[in-house]
Amino acid sequence: MTTAATDLRLDSRQAATGRRQRRIGGVLLAVENVSLRFGGVQALSGVSFDVRQGEIRAIIGPNGAGKSSMLNVINGFYQPQEGSFVWKGERLARMRPHLAATLGIARTFQNIALFKGMTTLDNIMTGRILKMRASFLEQALWWGRARREELAHRAFVERIIDFLEIQHIRHTPVGKLPYGLQKRVELARALAMEPELLLLDEPMAGMNLEEKEDMCRFILDVNEEFGTTVVLIEHDMGVVMDISDRVVVLDYGKLLADGTPDEVRNDPRVIEAYLGLVHD
Amino acid sequence: MIYRETGQFKASYAADQAIFRLVEDRIGMGAILFLAFVVMPLVGSQYWLETIMLPFLIYSLAAIGLNLLTGYAGQLSLGTGGFMACGAFSAYKLATAFPDLHVLLVLVLAGSITAAVGILFGLPSLRIKGFYLAVATLAAQFFLLWLFNRVPWFTNYSSSGVISAPPLAIFGDIWVTGFEATPVAKYLFTLSLVSILALAAKNMTRLKIGRAWMAIRDMDIAAEIIGIRPMTTKLSAFAISSFYCGIAGALWAFVYTGAVEALAFEINVSFRVLFMIIIGGLGTICGSFMGAAFIVLLPIFLNNTLLALGLAEAVALASHLEAMIMGALIIFFLIVEPHGLARLWQILKEKLRRWPFPY
Ligand SMILES: Nc1ncnc2c1ncn2[C@@H]1O[C@H](COP(=O)(O)OP(=O)(O)OP(=O)(O)O)[C@@H](O)[C@H]1O
Ligand SMILES: [Mg+2]
Repeated sequence: MTTAATDLRLDSRQAATGRRQRRIGGVLLAVENVSLRFGGVQALSGVSFDVRQGEIRAIIGPNGAGKSSMLNVINGFYQPQEGSFVWKGERLARMRPHLAATLGIARTFQNIALFKGMTTLDNIMTGRILKMRASFLEQALWWGRARREELAHRAFVERIIDFLEIQHIRHTPVGKLPYGLQKRVELARALAMEPELLLLDEPMAGMNLEEKEDMCRFILDVNEEFGTTVVLIEHDMGVVMDISDRVVVLDYGKLLADGTPDEVRNDPRVIEAYLGLVHD
Repeated sequence: MIYRETGQFKASYAADQAIFRLVEDRIGMGAILFLAFVVMPLVGSQYWLETIMLPFLIYSLAAIGLNLLTGYAGQLSLGTGGFMACGAFSAYKLATAFPDLHVLLVLVLAGSITAAVGILFGLPSLRIKGFYLAVATLAAQFFLLWLFNRVPWFTNYSSSGVISAPPLAIFGDIWVTGFEATPVAKYLFTLSLVSILALAAKNMTRLKIGRAWMAIRDMDIAAEIIGIRPMTTKLSAFAISSFYCGIAGALWAFVYTGAVEALAFEINVSFRVLFMIIIGGLGTICGSFMGAAFIVLLPIFLNNTLLALGLAEAVALASHLEAMIMGALIIFFLIVEPHGLARLWQILKEKLRRWPFPY
């Protein structure tokens, strides 16, 4: 297990870039002309971009650029004043959290949003709630579908637990876990939804190097093995350049650039607005 | 990597998901059930069965109801008394309008009516939380009691205001309410009902619906994004909680006091049940029993101890002491241990055993 993991870590990047190229499909989600205001604050103005099936799409930009707001718009938590979505070729005038969840859009948060009073296992099991069919009476009686489902979902969740290497904290209330593990449990909960599109808001923020490497590996593995499309916000430019296929750059709520990591890296406006800041 | 060794763990998941995972717990529970169902009816005096066990069991049921709503779903309610009254009066109207209705059906229907009323008064929870919601449920408490006091239809136009519950039998001539009911019959009937409902509550809390409640309680934004609907989740908590409180109210009036009166469900009842779940433990079913036992037994225990010590004015002194002890404990549990007696018991168990596997 350890050697396998190390091997994976060593060659995951090459392997990923090598294999991923072939898997990227058509447009999964297109965001069109989205504008979002909070009172006087223009969080997003006329932003359009698309996400292709199977790719890792990064969103970068300085603090307050509107990155998190963009994710909140995509999963229907914020209602933009303007704009629409195209999901698998179908136009949606508006997105709602419940609709997003049924479409298969999962998400993690910048400030961890776990269910603190519940154990790791229950947090992850909650991610499968939309797939549970048992009636209320079956649940009260622990009978029929309730019982069968619970065991089937438990088996699925155990595979995620193995995959993310969190077996030892299964029955620990998540409020007691250290920060890095909480981030991992949050990813596990999102994966339990078997998402088509996974939105990750700064999944590596505040982690040490080793934790970051693990997280990178998990994201790449999820993307490769299940073809899950990933949109991630990240401040660590090294990570972004390494793992993403295409990058969206936001600045003051506007789309500044959109392209491959190389294109974006060499874009003078990006250097001025964003990378320039880093080197200050 | 995710796909491997499917099915291999099935048997152990089933075991892992049993209510009582440890042998000791199963033995303990078996012993408690044996004591409750066999020993108590054989040796318990009428005083024990009627004056201690009945109110304890009925309060436990109400505490479970409130715990589902407040402890699990995170919606604070001060309307418990009102919902219990609703159950009592619904049962009375049903039992008098349809004298042939079986007692179980009377109770289930009374609970269902209370569930509908609970949904109605739960509507504000869609917009407001915490303190403001507590005030809204307080309005439910006062409104419902006012209704039952003022509208004579609810008491079948009786002039006295105190009306006795009609006699009902569980089978044949085994009466569980009314003058002919024996203490043992009343006790066993209540005990069985409370046990079944407690088990159902435990099942709900460890499955989909319970997880949805806790998710809404802990982080409503994340819950919504997983696909949990806040509205149906909160209202289902109000409905099921009220169902439990309604049955508790009906049992109180029909089996325990034998009288249907709004006075029995004043605001202090709401607070008593709230104190029970705070002391017993928010978000635990077994804590609901512990809290109810504590609050029902404390005054009896104090009274008897003071009397045994030969103190005059024992009654007044006992009630002062009771208020002081309760106040101190509530503050203690709110600040130090929100999971209450149930959590303290768990810590004690963990210290007592050497279990080789951490999970
Ligand atoms: N709920 C809200 N109410 C009011 N203003 C908001 C809200 N959410 C975001 N904003 C504002 O919108 C702008 C964009 O915020 P957003 O959180 O999307 O930035 P970000 O790019 O994620 O920044 P960071 O890198 O710091 O996470 C900010 O000016 C912020 O203050
Ligand atoms: Mg952000």
